[in-house]
Amino acid sequence: MSESHEGGQPHAGDLAPGEERLDGSGVAHGVRGYLIGLALAAGLTAASFYFAGSGLIYGPAIPAALLALAVAQMGVHLVFFLHLTTGPDNTNNVLALAFGILIVTLVIVGSLWIMANLNHNMVPMSRVMQMQR
Amino acid sequence: MSLAEPIDPNRVGELGLEGGEAPGRGLGGPASTRIVVGYGFWIFILSDMVMFSAFFAAYAVLADATAGGPTAKQIFDLNNVALETACLLASSFACGLASLAAGARNRLWFHVAMGLTFVLGAGFLGLELKEFAGLAALGDGPQRSAFLSAFFTLVGCHGAHITAGLAWLLTMMAQVFAKGFRADILRRILCFTLFWHALDIIWVAIFTIVYLIGAGR
Repeated sequence: MSESHEGGQPHAGDLAPGEERLDGSGVAHGVRGYLIGLALAAGLTAASFYFAGSGLIYGPAIPAALLALAVAQMGVHLVFFLHLTTGPDNTNNVLALAFGILIVTLVIVGSLWIMANLNHNMVPMSRVMQMQR
Repeated sequence: MSLAEPIDPNRVGELGLEGGEAPGRGLGGPASTRIVVGYGFWIFILSDMVMFSAFFAAYAVLADATAGGPTAKQIFDLNNVALETACLLASSFACGLASLAAGARNRLWFHVAMGLTFVLGAGFLGLELKEFAGLAALGDGPQRSAFLSAFFTLVGCHGAHITAGLAWLLTMMAQVFAKGFRADILRRILCFTLFWHALDIIWVAIFTIVYLIGAGR
């Protein structure tokens, strides 16, 4: 493999995952992006810890609210730290991520669903003891 | 399709051809090594997340199986978790600055930012190990209940990734120190930043599902 010509224009063409297209403004623009990401992520984290402890949200709704905040923060990380965009140069990365999310959802929701169902249909342990007598 | 319509209405194919490099969608030849390596590593990270999803599923199923042992509410110290979260988020930010410094080929700032990333990452790991040691000292180790087994497996697996990431980080600092910003080393730095940011995303899921929701149970 020839390595020499690659260093010249790393940002032409497609972007590798995690790469950002810096047009002209360079490092200052990049730092600004990371600062915005840090501020948003810190805000969402603080909100999560605050809502978990305070009685501000109706009790049974707290897990749903925390999950929503977590998904939002993951989105912030993907956009501002991993530089995932909807542009044509990111199509491959986004499609791979979409497939990953599909598998993750299937594994987690599927496991919880199946195990809850098994739990529900299982004969209680006390009754099993009685049947063995 | 009528001939009046442009064949490529979104000008998807022009991006790479302007820059003289293949865009990686079959136009202008195969994609550059940097894109292929980054994409391959992205696939690895997604497969890693699928593995973590299995641990998350196991934890969610077993969270109530405490076998008479301590519950999540009794053992979690949220102040410690908040401190860990702050360390890891700041570390991720410093890692982003390091990737910018690498992009600008600035050795001094690269080493400063990577050093900061390491210190904050090591701080996170120290806090986590302190928590684990405290639980084990009380007899609440992974052998105590199914809940604690699932907890130690999930959080410990993330901690193991962080440990590996710290070793990788030091390797990258040493390689830049010895060899400079060569094309292959820049690719490794790209993969490392992907890895480090992805670990922070997994930690978001851990502090929400394991600690915050667990402590409110």
